[in-house]
Amino acid sequence: MSPFTLVDLKRILLEGAGADDGVDLDGEILDMEFVDLGYESLALLETSSRIEREYHISLDESAMADVTTPRALIDLVNSHLAAAA
Amino acid sequence: MSGRRVVITGMEVLAPGGVGVKNFWELLSGGRTATRRITFFDPSPFRSQVAAEIDFDPEMHGLRPQEVRRMDRAAQFAVVAARGAVADSGIELDSYDPFRVGVTIGSAVGATTGLDQEYRIVSDGGRLELVDHEYAVPHLYEYLVPSSFTAEVARTVGARGPSTVVSTGCTSGLDSVGHAVELIREGSVDVMIAGATDAPISPITMACFDAIKATTPRHDEPERASRPFDGTRNGFVLGEGAAVFVLEELESAAARGAHVYAEIAGYATRSNAYHMTGLRPDGAEMAEAIRVALDEARMPGDQIDYINAHGSGTKQNDRHETAAFKRSLGDHAYRTPVSSIKSMVGHSLGAIGAIEIAASALAMENNTVPPTANLHTPDPECDLDYVPLEARDQLTDAVLTVGSGFGGFQSAMVLARPDRRVA
Amino acid sequence: MSTSAVVTGLGVAAPNGLGTDEYWKATLVGRSGIGPITRFDPSSYPARLAGEVPGFVAQEHIPGRLIPQTDRMTQLALAATDWALRDAGVEPGELPAFDMGVVTASSSGGFEFGQGELRKLWSQGSEYVSAYQSFAWFYAVNSGQISIRNGMKGPSGVVVSDQAGGLDALAQARRQIRKGTPLVVSGGVDASICTWGWVAQLAGGRLSTSDDPARAYVPFDAEARGHVPGEGGAILIVEDAAAARRRGARVYGEIAGYAATFDPGPETGRDPGLGKAIELALADAGAQPSDIDVVFADAAAVPELDRAEAEAINAVFGPRGVPVTAPKTMTGRLYSGAAALDVATALLAVQDGVIPPTSNVEPAADHDLDLVTGEPRRLPVRSALVLARGHGGFNSALVVRAV
Repeated sequence: MSPFTLVDLKRILLEGAGADDGVDLDGEILDMEFVDLGYESLALLETSSRIEREYHISLDESAMADVTTPRALIDLVNSHLAAAA
Repeated sequence: MSGRRVVITGMEVLAPGGVGVKNFWELLSGGRTATRRITFFDPSPFRSQVAAEIDFDPEMHGLRPQEVRRMDRAAQFAVVAARGAVADSGIELDSYDPFRVGVTIGSAVGATTGLDQEYRIVSDGGRLELVDHEYAVPHLYEYLVPSSFTAEVARTVGARGPSTVVSTGCTSGLDSVGHAVELIREGSVDVMIAGATDAPISPITMACFDAIKATTPRHDEPERASRPFDGTRNGFVLGEGAAVFVLEELESAAARGAHVYAEIAGYATRSNAYHMTGLRPDGAEMAEAIRVALDEARMPGDQIDYINAHGSGTKQNDRHETAAFKRSLGDHAYRTPVSSIKSMVGHSLGAIGAIEIAASALAMENNTVPPTANLHTPDPECDLDYVPLEARDQLTDAVLTVGSGFGGFQSAMVLARPDRRVA
Repeated sequence: MSTSAVVTGLGVAAPNGLGTDEYWKATLVGRSGIGPITRFDPSSYPARLAGEVPGFVAQEHIPGRLIPQTDRMTQLALAATDWALRDAGVEPGELPAFDMGVVTASSSGGFEFGQGELRKLWSQGSEYVSAYQSFAWFYAVNSGQISIRNGMKGPSGVVVSDQAGGLDALAQARRQIRKGTPLVVSGGVDASICTWGWVAQLAGGRLSTSDDPARAYVPFDAEARGHVPGEGGAILIVEDAAAARRRGARVYGEIAGYAATFDPGPETGRDPGLGKAIELALADAGAQPSDIDVVFADAAAVPELDRAEAEAINAVFGPRGVPVTAPKTMTGRLYSGAAALDVATALLAVQDGVIPPTSNVEPAADHDLDLVTGEPRRLPVRSALVLARGHGGFNSALVVRAV
């Protein structure tokens, strides 16, 4: 299975949580905090449940609670995908 | 009409663990819990599988078959509770101008259980986008608009004054009773039948709280699932129920020799304007609601003998309101017992605020503070006296009860013995 | 002496006009927003017309982050709030947060959003239900979202009394102002034109099954046969009159009087309570019937309800004793948005000295009402009475008055 990328994450974020007008998701966002991108806990819950459904994985709840950046989320998803492969 | 004071002269409670005030108080004062694995439907697909359910037979409580058919479960609760409250108060409503008797019922989610069931039918299990009206029950409009709850109550008690449903999420119960108090104080009415109801234990409600991980995933010991203020808590337990009160102006209640449970001495609501579900840890807006409610009661904070907390059992709530109590009451917060009855009867959304008013009045009536059940492991960030496990006998003349709800609503109410308050 | 509560800003989203100006122009020329439903294919249902708000693109009005978590009624309400605040010249960020409250009416919440999530639940499984379902559909959502978006921490609330709710919300806003909150955002906006909402409304038994947009919703007409539902409503900025004066605000008018009553059960044979609500609202306003220049009717378009309303009006004002109008014939009935829009319309009538017409209605002679039909009627309007009734027996009456 191909890895989960920032492109996938941006698509799912937009579908599930939209985007703040002042935020450029096409910029250098990998290491920005989700909070600074305008995504709070609910947006991340919606995003993680969309990822879980689409990729048929179940993200570890406590690991998910520690995720604060797109890079950390992408890494977490890929580690689950690798484990499931 | 300024200076009119409002008292509770009748009440009825339908709560998990038993219908009726007596059963309710026995559960609370015994520190017993009414949470269990869900029986209303198969909970196994859900993250959270426990709830505090009521074993309720509507016909045993006086509802006729046609009433049962046309009313959602939450409306049935409200009608039974309203009739019980009127009977308890001994008030002869026929002797009042009916236009000066009103009704407010609070509800967070209305007929959500009935809507969930009926949607499944008209959509053929979710298959149809164009849902089929031929399969709709005739009373579906009454499910659509929860104002039907108040309409049912008003008709059953014969009220013809200002009547509405108050729906402010999980503060609906406090806000419904608070609204009724304002109507009596301003002189628009003399008597209000006021309270709240919710019957949310249905698949759609479980699913929506699963989605935000707000309800506890702890299934192994259902009776220990609701753990407000405990370091191991991880979400609330959904409940259901209703409480309805007869509220009267103090002098006319005294004139008819009514039993007075408590005066509703102060009430206020504020919003956090922050987040639909999130809470800032400082508790500033709840503290402001408490400050205004005390001010309205003309009562210094150090006269509060007991705080009936929102205590939902989510980490953010428990810390938020602990901060709010300290912020509003200062050092007195550390000296005041605080407890959450949601540890025993779960969180019935809009209804619970009214049920907690009943618990507060009963704490005064019995001079006993109900405990927080399941509190074995203190959370270092919640460092007040949460009355763990066992009820405590103590003189209780004034109680603060608070609520916090989705939408950012924060409400506070002060109950007191009428003779205690400086007029 | 009670504090006086005045309206200083209007935000309208109506089927015949998005924004106050467009709505008011359309209303004065009798242009209707009722037409065949476009939001879904209505052909399999017995009622097929609605008043849909045209041309509202949420992305143009509210932040992108809010769109996936809001029902259409909340999107319309947030936009209408922005317009109302701008109209009032209020910049919420410049006022103390606890000095601003929000009190709205709701009738069925974000029903379309709820339908989508119910569908996912039952066709796909509980894990497909949105993280936003816990609040996006519920009755408190508009007050909550308006308070969050505008930083309003004062007393807020939500009342649900079907079509009467819009007046009940404004009365509660006035109550909060009298208790010391200088500004309250109030009113109601509704939108449940989705198949699930439609089926529930059909069950209520009061929808018109006519396919002729010009004849489907004709209250007080001999051919009255039920109503056409619509979506939208109005948000009003209600302020303490002294505070409004201090900041030099333009004032549309005062919320001068209000009362609400409840009908007895039909089995009692007693009179409905609308007439009593009118009497009490006039008394609350300190007004005589002769002070009222126009009545905005509830206009149920169900023959017995039309008769009851005509009798209640005539009992107070005398037969043909006061001009009566129902501009909602151009929008359909908007549930919790209906009465809020009627109050906004009444304030515009006060401002411009003109009574908007009731469209498409041939008044039945036996109602004995002076119904304003055809052309708008120009005359000074100082005080207007707005009536609203909710399913199940709710009656509310509200008086607005020029200041």
